[in-house]
Amino acid sequence: MAKAKRPLSPHLQVYRWGAHMAVSILHRATGSALAVGSILLAWWLVAMATGHDYFNTVQGYAGSALGRIVLFGLTFALMQHLASGIRHLYMDAGKLYDLKVNTLSAKATFVVSIVLTIVIWVAAYKVMGVL
Amino acid sequence: MAEFSLPANSKVGKGKSVKADGATNTKNFSVYRWNPDDGENPRMDTFEVDMDNCGPMVLDALIKIKNEMDSTVTFRRSCREGVCGSCAMNIDGKNGLACTTAIEDVKGDVSITPLPHMEVVKDLVPNMSNFYAQYASIKPWMRTQSPTPEEERLQSPEDRKKLDGLYECILCACCSTSCPSYWWNGDKYLGPAILLQAYRWLIDSRDETTGERLDELEDPFRLYRCHTIMNCSNACPKGLNPAKAIAETKKMMVERKY
Repeated sequence: MAKAKRPLSPHLQVYRWGAHMAVSILHRATGSALAVGSILLAWWLVAMATGHDYFNTVQGYAGSALGRIVLFGLTFALMQHLASGIRHLYMDAGKLYDLKVNTLSAKATFVVSIVLTIVIWVAAYKVMGVL
Repeated sequence: MAEFSLPANSKVGKGKSVKADGATNTKNFSVYRWNPDDGENPRMDTFEVDMDNCGPMVLDALIKIKNEMDSTVTFRRSCREGVCGSCAMNIDGKNGLACTTAIEDVKGDVSITPLPHMEVVKDLVPNMSNFYAQYASIKPWMRTQSPTPEEERLQSPEDRKKLDGLYECILCACCSTSCPSYWWNGDKYLGPAILLQAYRWLIDSRDETTGERLDELEDPFRLYRCHTIMNCSNACPKGLNPAKAIAETKKMMVERKY
């Protein structure tokens, strides 16, 4: 009798996430987000070179509620990518492999990126005179 | 490209439920089942186990289920004391040995599936052929070029100490099958278990082919698919650190160039 084709056992569907796994996948996700963000940055710079009117239009998009949400997300992506990137730098040098220290460093990247994101936005609003 | 969802023939359905008659202190064990002979998809069967008459480890519960509730439940086991590595499986979302995982450490129902992202032979038995072939590929024995001495090849206590944390590996594959990189590229990436073994021979003072061994690993996939996700070291039931061994191997690669 012909045997049925063997199935693939569950992987992502069952595996329990830890901070170490989350920070690694976020490093990729934020890296991809920043690639898209750099296109937006290029668009902003092109607008600047194009002329006053077009620049004002793009500034209008960036300053809208949706624009601010995207910029806030990109700020977080940059800070998270920076923090986890520094963690990767240490790991490439053979450090942070003790399990407890490693998990702690993974959690620390989240704390650092969230704090830095909030600091940047508070500072920006202070400069604008809103706060 | 990584395939994040399971293929159609691998989607897991709901199976039967077996009760423990008359028992008061029970725990549910949800077990992955797949029978190559019935042509159906895998399913999760739930067994209510009488904990007043069951040993402390997950393997004890599995053996009890096989003995008393459903003799067709299929799994590998041998030593029942964490030495052989046969009963490696995914328990409550984490890879480990059923024989050294205490039931009481799992809160709520105990979900048991085969080692992740492996071809299933039957129930909890995965096909380990690729894993063993990869192990063979690193030539896991002492390779020498100097003439064979009259007596043993000696090793200083300091050099012997470098093998601690490496020689204890039992090749259960808990680490390799916990690794997302191995899930997506298991055909080309050697995975944490095999790379830990590769490093075990790289730093053995008696082995004389360190350069060749490094050459064999110098490849975009074999070694460098490790992105230090750290699932391996968190999964190892023997408390070893494959990620650290891989990092040391990468350092050796850099150091020999400069």
